[in-house]
Amino acid sequence: MNATTFEPVAARPAPVRTAGAAGWIRTNLFGDWKTGLMTLLAGGALLYVLPQVFGWAVLRAVWLPDYNACRVEGVGACWGVVAEKYRFIIFGRYPYEEQWRPLVATVLMLCLLAASCTRAFWRPWLVLIWVAILAAFFALMYGNVFGLSRIETDRWGGLPLTILLASLSITLAFPIAVAVALGRRSGLPAIRAFCTIYVELIRGVPLISVLFMASFMFPLFMPEGFSIDVLIRVLAGITLFAAAYLAEVIRGGLQAIPKGQLEAAATLGLSYWQTQIKIVLPQALAMVVPSIMNNFIGLFKDTSLVTIVSLYELTGALSLAINSDANWRPFKLEGYLFIAMIYFTFCFLMSRYSLWIEKQVNKGKAR
Amino acid sequence: MQEPIIRFDKVNMWFGNDFHVLRDIDLCVAPGERIVICGPSGSGKSTLLRCINRLEEHQEGHLYVDGVELTDDLKAIDDVRKKVGMVFQQFNLFPHLTVLENLTLSPMWVGKLPKKEAEARALAQLERVRIAEQAGKYPLQLSGGQQQRVAIARALCLTPKIMLFDEPTSALDPEMIKEVLDVMVELANQGMTMLCVTHEMGFAKAVADQVIFMDQGQIVEQNTPTEFFTNPRSERSKDFLSKILGH
Repeated sequence: MNATTFEPVAARPAPVRTAGAAGWIRTNLFGDWKTGLMTLLAGGALLYVLPQVFGWAVLRAVWLPDYNACRVEGVGACWGVVAEKYRFIIFGRYPYEEQWRPLVATVLMLCLLAASCTRAFWRPWLVLIWVAILAAFFALMYGNVFGLSRIETDRWGGLPLTILLASLSITLAFPIAVAVALGRRSGLPAIRAFCTIYVELIRGVPLISVLFMASFMFPLFMPEGFSIDVLIRVLAGITLFAAAYLAEVIRGGLQAIPKGQLEAAATLGLSYWQTQIKIVLPQALAMVVPSIMNNFIGLFKDTSLVTIVSLYELTGALSLAINSDANWRPFKLEGYLFIAMIYFTFCFLMSRYSLWIEKQVNKGKAR
Repeated sequence: MQEPIIRFDKVNMWFGNDFHVLRDIDLCVAPGERIVICGPSGSGKSTLLRCINRLEEHQEGHLYVDGVELTDDLKAIDDVRKKVGMVFQQFNLFPHLTVLENLTLSPMWVGKLPKKEAEARALAQLERVRIAEQAGKYPLQLSGGQQQRVAIARALCLTPKIMLFDEPTSALDPEMIKEVLDVMVELANQGMTMLCVTHEMGFAKAVADQVIFMDQGQIVEQNTPTEFFTNPRSERSKDFLSKILGH
C-alpha cells in the first residue's frame, strides 16, 4: 500500500498592487505590451500636439484689442477680437448704452433656469415665478414701460436671445410632445391621425424651411394690418419642430411600458388620464431621460439657425460683429472658439444635469 | 338559492375571427363562494376570469356582476371594478411607487379618501398580509412572494366584494408559494368571494367550494373538490388530473 504524503500546494504570489498612483498606471496604462505600446504612441502624440496648442492659444497669443499686433508674423491666437467685440457678440445689435438691460434680463433668466432644476422649487408656485420672471424679461428687453425706451425685437440678439429661444422652446415643446405621443396611441382615430400627420410633416422638412415659413410665408396668409412679432413666429416654429422629434422619443418610452401596468391600473379603477399621469408617464419618461436631454441639447444649438431669418442670436451676432469690421475679419476663428466655449458650457451643464435626473428617477430600481 | 353575485349566461368570446376562446359559458357564483378554475393552458380559464372585470370583452351572452350587467357602458364597468379586486401572475405592482403609494393610489384618486385615511387603510391591509414593515420600500426591493402579498393587499384596499386570482403563484419560486397561499387561505376563511385560476391542487382541496375544469373554451366539469379529485366525471378531467398529480 502506498503511503500518500501530504504536499502543500505552493503559495500563490501576492496579487499585483492595483491601488495607488503607481498601481493605477501599471494596470491601466501598461497592462500588457499592446496597452503599453498604445500608451507610448498616444503619449507621444499628446507631447507633440499639446505644446503647440498651448503656445498658440496662450504663450504667443495677443490679448490686447489691437489688430495690428495680431498681424505680426509668428504670433498665436488673437484673443483681442473677443476683448474688442465681446459686447457685440453677447448682446448683438441691442443699443450699446442700454445693454445693462439684456444683462439683467439674462441673469434673471439664468437664475430662473437654475432654480427650476432644483428639487426645492418643484412646487406649483414655480409656474408663478416663471410668469413673473418672463414678464420682467420682456419688460426689460422690450421696454416702453417704467421709462425704459422701446427696443424692437429685431434689435435683440446674442446670448439673451439664444437663452430665451432655447428655454422657451424646450419648456413649450415638452408638454406638446407628451400630448402628441399620447395622441399617437389614442383609441380615437381622428386624434391618432392628426398626431401622426403632424409628426411626419414636421420631421419631413428641415428646420431652416420651417423658420423660413414662420418668418416670410406666414405673414402672407394673415389679414392686412394683422401681424405677429417675428420673434414669436420663429419661437413657435422652433417649438413645433422640436416637439415633433421629442414626441417620437417619448412614444418610444410609452411603448416600453408593459401591458400589465395598464391592466393593473384598470382593475384599480383609475381613469385614462389618471393612468397616464400616475402610472405610464412617470415610468416612460424616466426610461428616455438620456434621449430627451439629447434632444434638448440639440435644440439649444439649433437656435443658431434663426440667423437666417435675421434674428442675430449668439452665432449670428458673432458673424455680424466680425464681418462688419474689416480690421478684425481675419480673426473669425478666435471668435468662433469663444462662442463654442459658451455653447459647450451650457450643453455640458445640461448633460451633467441629465445624469442627476437619471439617478433621481431610478431610485425605485436600486436594490 | 341565494341570488348569485356573478352570473355568466351563455357567454361567448372570440379572439380575432377564428379563435373561439369561450364557448357558451354558464356559471353562477354565490356570495362567499370560493371557486378554483383549472385546466390545460389555452383552455380559456384566464380569459373567463378577466371577463369579470372587463379586461376582456365578451361578444355574446350576458354577464352580471353584483347586479350590474357588463356592457360597453363605461359607468357600469367602473362600478364593477370598484367591487372586484384582481391579483395577477406577474404581480403588476407599480415599480416607481413605494409599497405604500401602490396601495393608497386607488383609494386616494378613485375613492377620494384623504391621504391619512388611505394610508391607515393601506397599513391595515399590509398588516393583514403580514408585510407592514416593508411599506416604505419599492416593489423591486422585495422578494417575489412579498411582492405578490403586496399585490393582494393593494387589491384589498378597494374593499372589494370579489377577489380574482390569475395564477397568483405561478411566477414564484417554490419556497415562496406557501406564504402567498397562506394569505389566500386566510382570506377565504374570512368569507371573501374568490375565483382563483391555479394549479395548486392542495389549495383547491383546502378551501374551494367548487372546482371548475375547463378545456377548449368550455366548462367541462363543475364539481366539489372531493368529487373532482377522487371521482372526476369526464375523461378529459381524468386525463388532466393524471398529468398534474401523476408525479
